[in-house]
Amino acid sequence: MTELIDLVLLAMLAITAVGVIFLKDLFAVVMLFGIYSFLSALIFVNLDAVDVAFTEAAVGAGISTVLMLSTLALTGRQEKVSDHKTFMPLLIVVATGAALIYGTLDMPPFGNPDNPVHQHVALRYIQDSPQEIGLPNMVTSVLASYRGFDTLGETAVVFAAAIGVLSLLGMPKRERAAIESGLESHLVLQVVAKIIIPLIILFALYVQFHGDYGPGGGFQAGVIAAAAIILYALVFGLPVATQVLQPDLLKTLAALGVLIYAGTGVASFFLGGNFLDYNVLASNPVAGQHVGIILIELGVGITVFAAMLSIFYAFASKAERKNIQ
Amino acid sequence: MILEMISNIFLILGAFFALTGAVGLFKFPDFFTRIHAASVTDSIATILLFSGLILRTEFDLVAVKLVFVLVFLLLTSPTASHALAKSARHGLLATSAETLSKTNKDNN
Repeated sequence: MTELIDLVLLAMLAITAVGVIFLKDLFAVVMLFGIYSFLSALIFVNLDAVDVAFTEAAVGAGISTVLMLSTLALTGRQEKVSDHKTFMPLLIVVATGAALIYGTLDMPPFGNPDNPVHQHVALRYIQDSPQEIGLPNMVTSVLASYRGFDTLGETAVVFAAAIGVLSLLGMPKRERAAIESGLESHLVLQVVAKIIIPLIILFALYVQFHGDYGPGGGFQAGVIAAAAIILYALVFGLPVATQVLQPDLLKTLAALGVLIYAGTGVASFFLGGNFLDYNVLASNPVAGQHVGIILIELGVGITVFAAMLSIFYAFASKAERKNIQ
Repeated sequence: MILEMISNIFLILGAFFALTGAVGLFKFPDFFTRIHAASVTDSIATILLFSGLILRTEFDLVAVKLVFVLVFLLLTSPTASHALAKSARHGLLATSAETLSKTNKDNN
């Protein structure tokens, strides 16, 4: 039964990908990208990887769609007709694809419990993490503690992405007068948004602090909270949103999150452990792990929230300026 | 046992309504009737599917979470349809009846 569901989902994934290639209307392509992300999230759920599915749905289908739409507002929605020869690229793609498929022939059989991937560190995580860290959600243990260095790197990548976008596009200027938003007449949207936005922020906090016990964590929570503010900006206009959460504050927050994360590592340094070794943060190792994980998840959440929102601000303010001219 | 029967009926009905919505999305003539088919059947299908799922739980925290999701969907999906239809109307998209009468006038 699961194989059947997998097959159907993978087939839909392939159809969506082909649609993305052949459609010329970029607006439809962006929508197909969102559908593609949701389908991958469903496949992840089917593989029992709920945390990854959650991230894929929130980041891939949620925020990326909004960011790509705001890019379209700058670039226009029709794909340019290219007069390149398609023969050479096709040849290269076919050759690469054939090489990749040839490479998979040496892979161990799919789903076999004796595969190296299941015999390497995964076994140790499953056996020892209940005693060493004691969190019900092992994914969080691996992500935040065993692989704390990697997650620090990921957070730094998100931060760097925000810096890159901001240095290219720039933040909205504060002194500009509020511009009439085109959504004044959407009364129903405004009322429903007012009901829903607090609920979304509450849910983001739940995901942030429940990440130790169920699927969730800083990445998802940051994206969901950013989505709430983006919804506010979309319905009530960007100038109002920038008054609520000022761009300067976002810059500080994005840096603050990385600082909290790295600071936790430095703190464990000074308390006599290794970098990001949370055992020394409290009186006993397990409590120390809990403190460390909550701190670094908070850092991740703050950085992801601020980075996503400032990228949106940058794109949206550019689009708004373009509309005025 | 009875609960499972009722739940089965709800789930099958919900799947049926979702399917009719999908058929309507393809078969109806213009944007507004299509969005009507999708949204109306969507909301009834959501209610039926989630009621069916709630009847299958132990009526614990899972049921509460399902109710939350149901309320969220019932708030957002009609709003989304409304916003779509309203934006289409503001963008001067005509229904198929209007386009027909217009072309008839032009011909006469």
